[in-house]
Amino acid sequence: MLDRKGLHRRAALFASVRRFFRTRGFLEVDTPIRQPVIIPESNIHPLAAEGQYLQTSPELCMKRILAAGCDNIFQICPCFRKEERGRRHLEEFTMLEWYRRDADYLQLMRDCEELLVEIAGSTVPGFPDTEKLPEGGTFPGLELTVPWERLTVQEAFSRYSPLPLDRCIAEDCFDEMLVEHVEPNLGRPVPTFLHDYPVEMATLAKCRADDPTRVERFELYVNGMELANGFSELTDADEQRRRFIHEIGIIEGSGRLPAGIPERFLADLARIEAAAGIALGMDRLFMLLTGEKDISRAVSFAPGDF
Amino acid sequence: MYNASDLRKGLKLQIDGNPYIIIDFEFSKPGKGQALYRCKMRNMITGNQLVQTYRSVDKFEKADLEERKMQYLYNQDDEYHFMDTDNFEQLFITREQLGDNVNFLIDNMEVEVLFFAGKAIDVSLPIFVNLVVTKADPWAKGDTSGTDTKPVTVETGYILQVPPFVEEGEKIQIDTRTGEYVTRVKD
Repeated sequence: MLDRKGLHRRAALFASVRRFFRTRGFLEVDTPIRQPVIIPESNIHPLAAEGQYLQTSPELCMKRILAAGCDNIFQICPCFRKEERGRRHLEEFTMLEWYRRDADYLQLMRDCEELLVEIAGSTVPGFPDTEKLPEGGTFPGLELTVPWERLTVQEAFSRYSPLPLDRCIAEDCFDEMLVEHVEPNLGRPVPTFLHDYPVEMATLAKCRADDPTRVERFELYVNGMELANGFSELTDADEQRRRFIHEIGIIEGSGRLPAGIPERFLADLARIEAAAGIALGMDRLFMLLTGEKDISRAVSFAPGDF
Repeated sequence: MYNASDLRKGLKLQIDGNPYIIIDFEFSKPGKGQALYRCKMRNMITGNQLVQTYRSVDKFEKADLEERKMQYLYNQDDEYHFMDTDNFEQLFITREQLGDNVNFLIDNMEVEVLFFAGKAIDVSLPIFVNLVVTKADPWAKGDTSGTDTKPVTVETGYILQVPPFVEEGEKIQIDTRTGEYVTRVKD
């Protein structure tokens, strides 16, 4: 459990993030945590709740709000992912998501740069100066001068992986090589945007116009830790349906029961021309501020506190 | 059988007919990627170490170990001696085989001795043990910072971080799974 000082700092971080988005004209939204349908993604397992699901991300509802006519929206909310528990994972965690209409993933990268620079050293109205975020005005051990490093997945693998990217994909060891050899080198001391993922690794991202084997998706790495995942949204409902069906096939193949196709989401998707969206782990952002290495010491209550 | 989600530090598995204990465990999951379970394991007979990364679909055999309640007597150099209190049979296990468990063994303590193919190879400790602090720097009064810790030495020679108010001669509870301080205990 966080102590008094920790709770104050966490509250100041949340206030600072909200102020960042409000001053840029974003609308704060709140959507149901329990939903009857979720995005079929083979590697993300939902927690069931009385015949429904606890959200693994607020993505479906937020994109439907975009379709309903809002331009820029954000949300801070709890998300749940079954059996994810480690130094950087909790089954329940807090997500920040934001979406921009008529924008692409490059704009989201710039948002990330501005957000962290603003949080560093900012004071929040209503909080005493002693709760300044973070202490000393910077994230410990980080160099935030923009622009940050931008590295394609291809470049990162040729630089750090013992196997080139195409062989990692062909031999089904992309995740192992990424975790073991690539990730530990990223975001030190300047944050890294790892971008242009192979199309196999994004269910909801748009393909690059000049290369259909790559998608406009990036992961932000800070201190070797993944902090955010953003992409230019796939808004082609037919292509989106094909990718969902592909994911459902994988889920069924592994003996699990898929949640079905979110039909109203697909219907609404046709009403969005272009958009970009991103999810950022608030608990991990707080870890970076406090220098904490275990996520269970960055949340108000951890599983071990009960 | 164990599933990948059962993997954790301290779990004992059987791989190619040999018992292994997981001595370091890390869960990771790259964005949109699959869950990976990185295990550093020690062969409980030879002491050899092995690092393996598993996926969520992998299954694991339980180590085929027998347990017998015994009393820890004393150690002589690297040999740790135990006695069966029913038939007074004695045996020893080496420091190498006991690993971090030696940090929590005190004379006359009751433990479960683990046998593989009839041979004693390790012990299973209670989750919590109470040990006396034998060396600690005094608490500088006025230091009210709630989050700071200081190192102390307990009666087994083990050194760990505790809150600054813990003093020499006091008894503290330690979680043997993590080696971390839990609380102060009063006799």
